[in-house]
Amino acid sequence: MAGKTLFEKLWESHVVHEEPGGPALLYVDLHLVHEVTSAQAFEGLRLAGRTVRRPALTVATVDHNVPTADRGAPIADDISRRQIETMEQNAAEFGLTFYGYRSPNQGIVHVIGPELGYTQPGKVIVCGDSHTSTHGAFGAFALGIGTSEVEHVLATQCLIQKKPKTMEVRVDGALPQGVTAKDIILGIIGRIGVDGGVGYVIEYTGEAIRALSMEGRMTVCNMSIEGGARAGMIAPDEKTFAYLKGRRYAPQGSAWAAAVANWRTLTTDADATYDRVVTIDAAALEPHVTWGTNPGQVAPVSGSVPRPADMDTADEQAATERALAYMGLEGGTPIQDIPIERVFLGSCTNARMEDLRAAADIARGRRVHANVRAMVVPGSTMLKQQAEAEGLHEVFQAAGFEWRDAGCSMCLGMNPDILAPGERCASTSNRNFEGRQGKGGRTHLVSPQMAAAAAIAGRFVDVRDW
Amino acid sequence: MDPFVQHTGKVAALDRVNVDTDQIIPKQFLKRIERTGYGPFAFFDWRYFEDGATPNPDFELNDPRYDGASILVTGRNFGCGSSREHAAWALKEYGFLAIIAPSFADIFANNAVENGMLTIVLPPADVATLTERAQTVEDYRLTVDLANTTVKDDNGFAASFGVDPTVQHRLLNGLDAVGLTLQQEEAIADFEARRPGWLQSS
Ligand code: SF4
Repeated sequence: MAGKTLFEKLWESHVVHEEPGGPALLYVDLHLVHEVTSAQAFEGLRLAGRTVRRPALTVATVDHNVPTADRGAPIADDISRRQIETMEQNAAEFGLTFYGYRSPNQGIVHVIGPELGYTQPGKVIVCGDSHTSTHGAFGAFALGIGTSEVEHVLATQCLIQKKPKTMEVRVDGALPQGVTAKDIILGIIGRIGVDGGVGYVIEYTGEAIRALSMEGRMTVCNMSIEGGARAGMIAPDEKTFAYLKGRRYAPQGSAWAAAVANWRTLTTDADATYDRVVTIDAAALEPHVTWGTNPGQVAPVSGSVPRPADMDTADEQAATERALAYMGLEGGTPIQDIPIERVFLGSCTNARMEDLRAAADIARGRRVHANVRAMVVPGSTMLKQQAEAEGLHEVFQAAGFEWRDAGCSMCLGMNPDILAPGERCASTSNRNFEGRQGKGGRTHLVSPQMAAAAAIAGRFVDVRDW
Repeated sequence: MDPFVQHTGKVAALDRVNVDTDQIIPKQFLKRIERTGYGPFAFFDWRYFEDGATPNPDFELNDPRYDGASILVTGRNFGCGSSREHAAWALKEYGFLAIIAPSFADIFANNAVENGMLTIVLPPADVATLTERAQTVEDYRLTVDLANTTVKDDNGFAASFGVDPTVQHRLLNGLDAVGLTLQQEEAIADFEARRPGWLQSS
């Protein structure tokens, strides 16, 4: 019998019911909830007179709307406040664990899940949020769902899913100095395109992936959705277990040994096959900078902004033209000649300790360029405290970065942190869509190191030279 | 959920690829806690000038020829990006009952079904034909038949499309997914009894 992929093992172990030819009913081990995509789901439960089937498997927080300054003060925006209060009331009414606005454990939902040990290998994890793919870094099948599906999971603890195909993305070799997990994933999306993964679950394998820290693996899996994939995953290993051991909601005592024994089986068998395989040479990767309005419109830092005529198809030519017009860029401009005015170091992609430390190393002893406003927004309140215990906030503040409270912040600008029309930003987040960081704002996605260096230089620079 | 059986309606073309849900419903409209009220804000930043009130004539769907359209024909990977179901709510309220494209982002396609909106995948050449006809033929109309899985016009265009039988059954009958799943109570309870101890609470 042919072997099984990691994904197939997880899938099979979670099928509750399946009609021939139909989608499967999958059991959900962890349901993460945030304020933006849940209110209508709870309302649906109320209208139908239903309850949450397994409150103990459901964890909620607030992240998208929260202001990142002055946490002691009331939330000024009435509608944001109402949404946050609604989350709080729903959590209380339905008996859910809730990390509220002023909780020491509040943070971006995809940061606190792993940090508190909720995220574990072998789990099926869902959240009404596309970047749920982040949790796949632990060898979980983690996927974003819509609000109706959130309601379905609340009521039934199950999700209806059609079995996706499997894709291996193997990253061989070792990453050069100054090239990061963010550059791996931007390089992959540049290669497969923003719809290259539609209908697939990606498993990332290879020496360069194994060499990544858990933080780096989360960065890679986080952006699986930007390649259109249903989910991304990485087989758990000793690093995964070491990361989880002792975390508050990780298995404790004798359960830990039983769990680890199970987790060790979560690998792709040597004789298993994937529906599609893509290989990438890590040694050939450079720091990447997006130039357009989707994450697949990306170039190496030594390169230039492409011209529409460089594109193969009429669709792509039109899309490039539209993107360049929006971004206010000329085809042929060297990436390093692009000046910036704003820097955002944050988001569920790149606002963990490793990211903050790497950016602080660049900022240490330097000054943010006079034309630039730069902000650092840690991914969680716990992380913020940890960074402060290490003195990172002093490094950033001495260099002229703003040091803020945890939340999604300018990743999507639902709180007051937004770009003004035409402002150009080096951002460590995951989406450079039109208007994502503020109407008319221009976003370039980069690694934390590249963002910090751009803050200091006032334009994109090659962090390998620093 | 309203059933979807067959529908004949005017076709609007949005000839762009990778239309993301941030464009379909920008984030400033995600603060509502209701399921309704998003239609006026669909494609907001493309649809209106800076003032948020004057329609931008460069935006394809503002073309008066598309007034009252209920079928959207668009480029590949429609609905990519954010999982926000608000995008499906906004499109449905805007008036679309069916969307035809060479491919759809997975989460968006699920969200559409949950709202009784049909997403139809057709080969790129067919989508190109429909786009061109919508752009050039006055009051161009299509008939979408879910029971027979066909798309037809009055000028000889006919194509059949694939649909998951479960989805087809649900849409034809307007069935609520939660209600269907709750019929599997026994299987769910059995499964829960077998879960290992360390998974019993989060
Ligand atoms: S940080 Fe950005 S991408 Fe991540 S959950 Fe928040 S809004 Fe979504």
